[in-house]
Amino acid sequence: MDGKFTRDQFTDIMKGHDADYIEIRLEERQATHITYRGERLEEIDRTGSSGGNIRALVKGGWGFVSFNNLDKLWDKVTLAVEEARLASRESFQLPPREPIVDTVIPQLNKDSATISLATKKQLLEEYNDIMLSLPKIQSSRIDYRDSRRRVIFTNSEGSYVEQVKPDLTLRLAAIARDNSEIQQAGLSLGSKGEFSVVEGLHKQVNDVARRAAALLSAPQVKGGEYTVILDPILAGVFAHEAFGHLSESDFVYQNEQLRNIMTLGRRFGGKHLNIVDNATIPDLRGSYKYDDEGVPGAKTYLIWEGILEGRLHSRETAARMEEKPTGNARAINYVFPPIVRMTNTFIEPSNSSFEEMLGDIKEGVYLKDWYGGTTSLEMFTFSAGEAYMIRQGKLAELLRPVVLTGNVFVTLENIDAIGNDLQMNQGGGCGKGGQSPLPVSNGSPHIRIRHCVVGGR
Amino acid sequence: MEHLLSEAKKVAEQAEVFWVSSRETPVLFEANKLKQVQTKESSSVALRIFREGRVGFSTASNIDDRETLLRMAVETSQSGLPAKFQFPSLKHYPEVSIFDPQVEKISMVEMVELGNELIARVRDHAPDILCDVELTRGTSSVHIINSQGGEASYDKSFFGLGLEGILIQDTDMLFVGDSESSCKLSPVTNTLAERVIRQLELAKEKATVSTKLLPVIFTPRGVASALLSPIALAFNGKTVFEGASPLKNKLGEQVFDKKLSLWDDAILAYRLGSCPCDDEGVPSQHLPLITEGVVSNFLYDLQTAALAGAQSTGNGRRLGGTSPRPAISSLIINAGELSFKNMLEDIKEGLVVEQLIGADQGNLLSGDFSGNILLGYKVENGEIVGRVKDAMIAGNVYEILKEFFGIGREARWVNGILQTPPLYCPRISVVAKMR
Repeated sequence: MDGKFTRDQFTDIMKGHDADYIEIRLEERQATHITYRGERLEEIDRTGSSGGNIRALVKGGWGFVSFNNLDKLWDKVTLAVEEARLASRESFQLPPREPIVDTVIPQLNKDSATISLATKKQLLEEYNDIMLSLPKIQSSRIDYRDSRRRVIFTNSEGSYVEQVKPDLTLRLAAIARDNSEIQQAGLSLGSKGEFSVVEGLHKQVNDVARRAAALLSAPQVKGGEYTVILDPILAGVFAHEAFGHLSESDFVYQNEQLRNIMTLGRRFGGKHLNIVDNATIPDLRGSYKYDDEGVPGAKTYLIWEGILEGRLHSRETAARMEEKPTGNARAINYVFPPIVRMTNTFIEPSNSSFEEMLGDIKEGVYLKDWYGGTTSLEMFTFSAGEAYMIRQGKLAELLRPVVLTGNVFVTLENIDAIGNDLQMNQGGGCGKGGQSPLPVSNGSPHIRIRHCVVGGR
Repeated sequence: MEHLLSEAKKVAEQAEVFWVSSRETPVLFEANKLKQVQTKESSSVALRIFREGRVGFSTASNIDDRETLLRMAVETSQSGLPAKFQFPSLKHYPEVSIFDPQVEKISMVEMVELGNELIARVRDHAPDILCDVELTRGTSSVHIINSQGGEASYDKSFFGLGLEGILIQDTDMLFVGDSESSCKLSPVTNTLAERVIRQLELAKEKATVSTKLLPVIFTPRGVASALLSPIALAFNGKTVFEGASPLKNKLGEQVFDKKLSLWDDAILAYRLGSCPCDDEGVPSQHLPLITEGVVSNFLYDLQTAALAGAQSTGNGRRLGGTSPRPAISSLIINAGELSFKNMLEDIKEGLVVEQLIGADQGNLLSGDFSGNILLGYKVENGEIVGRVKDAMIAGNVYEILKEFFGIGREARWVNGILQTPPLYCPRISVVAKMR
């Protein structure tokens, strides 16, 4: 890809087609992947790939062509235009944009791309040895990935943006076993390519393995409705799953009923509730200067003082809903077209302390950390990696991992306390429309929710 | 490929080159309307070498850059795991029908028509429904060569059709949907429309359920969403070898109900998981995993089999461009005697579960699952009385499959990779939201 095309050549490639709009995105990617399973190194591999795509718009319909081979781009544009013509329907006017010409290269203290495989491997082995040396630990999992993508975006409006996008994740889990009982506990971290965030975790890794062993003798929660307190990590997953996805306009814009539900100004929660998506915070995994349509990333309040304030847009959804673009069109790589996605999504801090929240709970559950979460827009489920009973305002016994479920419209109203201790979680990845895992982060202070359904036997 | 292999042989004891290229055309409808037509061409090459007794691995999208591929493979081999196996020297493989020339012949315009037809059928029944539909046609070619003289290559076609419908009243949302996929171009629109319409019919009325233990019928899609992930994980040779599978040391033992048999099959004609050999050139086969309740085999690739002192079962797959790992081809659960009607008639109060969300987020290794019922129905006195929502079910796959009431006789394919009948299970914990 390097030096393969000049800006003028791109302009020529996009000329002479009967389309309302054309864009080209080319990408180069280098990645390293190391996994351990138990005491064995499982996989260590390096990848170098390159490719691109072309998207064309004709009378409101999109055509999309992706490829590895960069030859004959003009013909590929022609195919994308032909597809778009087939898909054409009610037209819309893309929101006008001044062409942007820019280059974005992040500055890192300790760039993972410059660290040798041997150093990475040695650090992971230290963590692995800690886990495996602890009693009752049968096995372990470590999954380390770093990647560096260089993406060139150019469109028929004259924009030309080159961005370098590093990303790094580390997931590790300890698996404890006692006869046929098997339990696990884990840790997920991430950064925008900064290696130092995965260094010095020895104590945390030790705690994870001890927790896995402790789960073997932990009881399972009795299923039912409880008052629950979520820690910042899980509350962040809740903000992302339960509300964030509902704010993605591609779910809403063509759906009359959902548009009625998601009317700006509708009350969803108490005055203390603010939920925001913000791509402009430095060094978070969901951050960027421009999205994959070349629109600047932004800070968007989804809920402001309990009231629906905004939503996330691509250029198309913004145009079709007559709202402002928010720069939330993202693609996981060149094989996919951009779709509306979150960036860094979080509940803003309020004023309750953790002790105050515990205060008057007779019987409840304190839920920490996450295994995962998913949503059907109305219903969400997410699972906590660590949970404790709360009795008479005090934390009590450790529980087996717990799954929570709820109806978003009811649950947001049931948040009755929001803490003052915002933390962002960088270890997640988001999946939508077959594009997973997209780098995002989410966060929250501790929150308390009344009447939450907790699954159990 | 030959150039890359011969250059790799100069620096390595053994080498293998895997190359795959594909071209697919997805046609996407959103909210009942055609949204986008796509063409995706991709190719990928993977190099695996044994150098100084260690495995090195690299991948790239472009086979021409042999130097980079080789450099990355050598670099990873320096930290790589010990090479414990040989690449297979086979050249001849079983004939498996996985290419249908008709798939390439269907035009984008015809695919658009099929999509419109499907949506019209469903909207005929429920005018307010919003359907997202995806049709995909595609072909792929795989070519494997290695330094031991082994060589395999095949072409595969695939055609898939899926519908997800959403019906909203106030803030109440009903999700329905189904999909069909295989290597063949087959007229599936009618079947699919009928299934979705039946879901809409059954979900028309609302029913309530309270927190208690109830008998549950898992429909084939219910089996896929609740039970498939933990089972696939437990039979994975890697999980077994590290001791994290509850089935470790259980080969030959009766762990499941006698009524249950399960096998992995990579030689069925026109199935998505079928092929003459796996991604390491090991021949495909029909592999029993559970035979009348007895654990009979685990899934292995070459490396895991070598470590475990077993033979590769031809299940080495490179999903998403990774190095080979054991994975299922197509899983099949034997059909039984009970009709769906028989099962319903047996229930005084219970549930039919069609789809769960979040069921595979728990501790899959232990077999525990817990999910929100996205689509499920209440059964009262032998009849489905309506849709259940705001409820979760929780259970343990091993407890459920150890002793259950019965296996249905109406088996079907789900997601193109699992063929299963409905399963009828006693006493599963249901937790409902109090109103």
